[in-house]
Amino acid sequence: MLLISCPWCGARAESEFRCGGQSHIARPGPPETVSDAEWSAYLFERLNPKGLHRERWVHAYGCGRWFNVARDTVTHQILETYLMTEAGQAQADQP
Amino acid sequence: MSSTPQDQRPAEGALIDRSRPVTFQFEGRTYRGFHGDTLASALLANGVRVLGRSFKYHRPRGLLGVGVEEPNVLVQSGTGARSTPNVRATEAEIFDGLIAQPVNCWPSARFDVLALNGLAAPFLAAGFYYKTFMWPRWMLFEPWIRKAAGLGRAASEADPDRYETRYDHCDVLVIGSGPAGLAAARAAGQGGARVLLVEQDVRPGCSLLGETTLIDGLPASAWAAKVVSELHGLAETRILTRTTAIGYYDHNFVVLAEKVADEALCAKSDTAVRLRLWQVRAKRVVLATGALERPLAFPGNDRPGVMLASAARQYLARYGVLAGRRPLIFTNNDDAYETALRMKEAGADVRAVVDARNAAPADLTASLAQLGIRVISSGEVVSVRGASGVTAAQVRTPDGRRSWIDCDLVAMSGGFNPAVHLFSQSGGKLRFDEALTCFVPDVSVQAERSAGACTGGFSLGEALDQGHVAGLAAAADVGCPSHVSPPAAASHRAYAVQAVWQVQAEGKAFVDFQNDVTADDVRLAHEESFASVEHLKRYTTLGMAPDQGKTSNVNAIGIMAALTGRGVGETGTTTYRPPFTPTPLAAFGGLDRDGLFRPLRTMPCHAEHERLGAHFEDYGGWARPSGYPLPGESRQQTETREARVVREQCGLFEGSPLGKMEVVGPDAGVFLDRIYANTVSTLKPGHVRYGLMLNELGVIIDDGVVVRLAEDRFLVCTTSGGAGRIAAWLEEWLQCEWVDLRVIVAPVTTAWGVLTLTGPRARDVLMRAGADFDVSPEAFPHMSFREGRVGSTEARVLRVSYTGEVSYEINVRASETSKLWASIYEAGQGQGLQPVGIDAWDLLRTEKGYLHVGADTDGTTTPFDVGFGHVLKKKSDFVGRRSLTLPENQRPDRLQLVGFEPRDPQAPLPSGSHVRAPDGRGSMGYVTSSAMSPVLGRTVAIGMLEGGAARHGETVSLVTPTGPQAAKVTAPGAYDLRGERLNG
Repeated sequence: MLLISCPWCGARAESEFRCGGQSHIARPGPPETVSDAEWSAYLFERLNPKGLHRERWVHAYGCGRWFNVARDTVTHQILETYLMTEAGQAQADQP
Repeated sequence: MSSTPQDQRPAEGALIDRSRPVTFQFEGRTYRGFHGDTLASALLANGVRVLGRSFKYHRPRGLLGVGVEEPNVLVQSGTGARSTPNVRATEAEIFDGLIAQPVNCWPSARFDVLALNGLAAPFLAAGFYYKTFMWPRWMLFEPWIRKAAGLGRAASEADPDRYETRYDHCDVLVIGSGPAGLAAARAAGQGGARVLLVEQDVRPGCSLLGETTLIDGLPASAWAAKVVSELHGLAETRILTRTTAIGYYDHNFVVLAEKVADEALCAKSDTAVRLRLWQVRAKRVVLATGALERPLAFPGNDRPGVMLASAARQYLARYGVLAGRRPLIFTNNDDAYETALRMKEAGADVRAVVDARNAAPADLTASLAQLGIRVISSGEVVSVRGASGVTAAQVRTPDGRRSWIDCDLVAMSGGFNPAVHLFSQSGGKLRFDEALTCFVPDVSVQAERSAGACTGGFSLGEALDQGHVAGLAAAADVGCPSHVSPPAAASHRAYAVQAVWQVQAEGKAFVDFQNDVTADDVRLAHEESFASVEHLKRYTTLGMAPDQGKTSNVNAIGIMAALTGRGVGETGTTTYRPPFTPTPLAAFGGLDRDGLFRPLRTMPCHAEHERLGAHFEDYGGWARPSGYPLPGESRQQTETREARVVREQCGLFEGSPLGKMEVVGPDAGVFLDRIYANTVSTLKPGHVRYGLMLNELGVIIDDGVVVRLAEDRFLVCTTSGGAGRIAAWLEEWLQCEWVDLRVIVAPVTTAWGVLTLTGPRARDVLMRAGADFDVSPEAFPHMSFREGRVGSTEARVLRVSYTGEVSYEINVRASETSKLWASIYEAGQGQGLQPVGIDAWDLLRTEKGYLHVGADTDGTTTPFDVGFGHVLKKKSDFVGRRSLTLPENQRPDRLQLVGFEPRDPQAPLPSGSHVRAPDGRGSMGYVTSSAMSPVLGRTVAIGMLEGGAARHGETVSLVTPTGPQAAKVTAPGAYDLRGERLNG
């Protein structure tokens, strides 16, 4: 039961949120310029790191906003939460 | 034999109240004990020695421990619906009327028929089910083995008791109320921090109960009582007893299970709570969970009367019971000498202390000698006599000589294991301390500190010290620093131990008592290359019983380490998982059961449906009428009648759960064009268009109509099941991908009630109900939208049809839906209006071949598969567009939507009937929706068929419950194919 700091609502229990998977994935387009391989990569290829993972979460049972979370997949420590439109500061190896 | 309780109770007993006798039943016999006794202590006091039978071999067993570590004596507590299996007798508090049975034996623990299993012992070694019972077939033996397996029995009636869940937040959670925990709570709470102290026992104190050692000048148990009363006086400090911390999760989230009322109280009261689950978020945690004693692995160590040395001591201190009159102590450390001293003090004849170490401590040897107790150094117990209770133990010395010593109790100690379960669950890493011969916490991951015996600080002084420091630190961390002085105890001797993982001698030496795993099984696992601890565990089932290896894991690791030549630390432990002790499923269910399990939503006109005798079902979380049966009607007859009424007269259907959202803004049209597979932005105000939404894989995720209300305003309608999901979908795209679009999505599903009037007389009824806008077919054509009043109610009216007849979907403010129902219903009398339920509704759209997303489509269905390729946008991008040109989605032999017309018109073709492929391949399609059509007089069905779009006219064979049925492949839809009735 993670404790997640929604940028708008503050620290709330994980059960109020839904995870949207890996973040910072740009949608390729226009469609006629995208190869089958590129499109498949967009649909299916995802990072599976042992360590820092940047992912999207939405405060589904709260304010309904999407935001980014930098989480360590081993310790589940949340290094930072930041807006959907931002890039995020946390680096791997940060304490 | 039942002797009077006093016989075995020479001492006081800190927990029992001799003025309150209790009568209970065990194995059908009545016994007496005292309030405060556990089943274990009371039976021990009554001299009952054989209390159970082991899991596999059905060997007679007695008590090994005194608390949570007990592996042998599990009982079935209570009868009927309240019966609970596998309750540890050491934790079952007795009360008047308690009825308990040992598990795993019949007819009784002393005379167990299944003891014959013992004869099969050679065939029941570790991994036996991979090797024996294989010929002629495992399946022959499996039912018999399954019947013999298992321990207690689950009740077969619903659990009548009440279980609750509470959520809590605190500054400092202290787990355990022994010396370390009490010192921590005291130190943490004084500065005003919000402290929660939890203790699994019936009262705080743990090892201090019944102790006379001085702390701050007071006998230990008095000091404990004083601290408890101080804690009660702190406004922000709470104590929960009978509360076990069962799991440590992320970010200091800890789950507690609190035993509130016992079976007797629950039977008398509806509101009594049996168990309360606490879900606690703590800023800081102090783990003061203590340590569990290890058994020694020697042949015969499972005989009734072989017990942990500290347990024997606790039976005396807590319950005043002598576990044996003539005990023999067998130990590898100093602690067990204390047991010898206490039992001697209470009047026992201590037969000897057998110390496995080369040099027994000189001072202790001397003090025992003064009491006439002999100490045998470098001695090992190699055999125990007495299957129904220890009568003698054989001791071997290094010169090889063996001698039998008469005794009625072997109190053994193999050392202590810090209880690191919660620490490990929190993600913490352990290390093996060679000097202490146990695993201790090493690296923390979460905001917690361990204190006392659970860190390897086994002495009283260490426990008090570490607890105090941890409590102060936690208080400082949360900004409520406290200033209490540390408690002082006389310094104790350092813990000295020498590892003895196994006594090498002939005979069964048990490592896991609960799953009947011996040292030989560990050796077998090693021989068969299951040497890693994870393989060892699963191959032998060691550590997999309800006790999760509390008294077995470390001994097994020690034995395996010796076999592989690796260090114990290098061998490591398996993963510790919650719950720490078995917890009833009902506790996790809490109040979310029966009506509250998945609360049904009711529609605005629920009362009207009830009054009309509707039969309700759960459709996507909504209570909706499947139909309105007339007296004597079968479900099929109701469905047929209502469908016919719609085709011939007029039906009224509530569609309030339909998803609705307003999409507003200058970029609303642009946005919806990207979301829908077809074009929306060209829709004119007042017009309605059917749309398909796809995901990025090109798969249909929802369908519905969209209404243009104004230049920058659309009403998007979704399926009832998609209401919440699609609103979230739209938000996701706006917030994550197209952040610059100026659009607002406002879900309004439950703001609007919807009543659909449908049928050839629908227009007449609408006019009679009173519409203040022109409803003539020219002024209000199919697929258009009007706002105005119906009856006296303001409404948005969509002329859209799910049934294929002229239909008006009338949307009104939810609170006015009942009023609208009344006015329409009244207007409909004389026009043959009847209410229509979902069964008939589904029949009608199946006759038309209309798509039901999720029934006729699945997670692979694309617009081309259902014949909608022609409405897709040609030029601009939309969600899923690129996937539609992937090779997989272009295959001509994909499953495509078709109709099935059975050769025998009455033959039922139920959903799921497969189309048999001619070459014996199996299936080439299946029926997805099906009904018996009253107006066509035959079965109508639609479904999926490989390459179906090109196979109209072909005859296929369907596999149905009534045998193979031939059917012609058609376009989906069998009724009014030109839509004349629809557009009327």
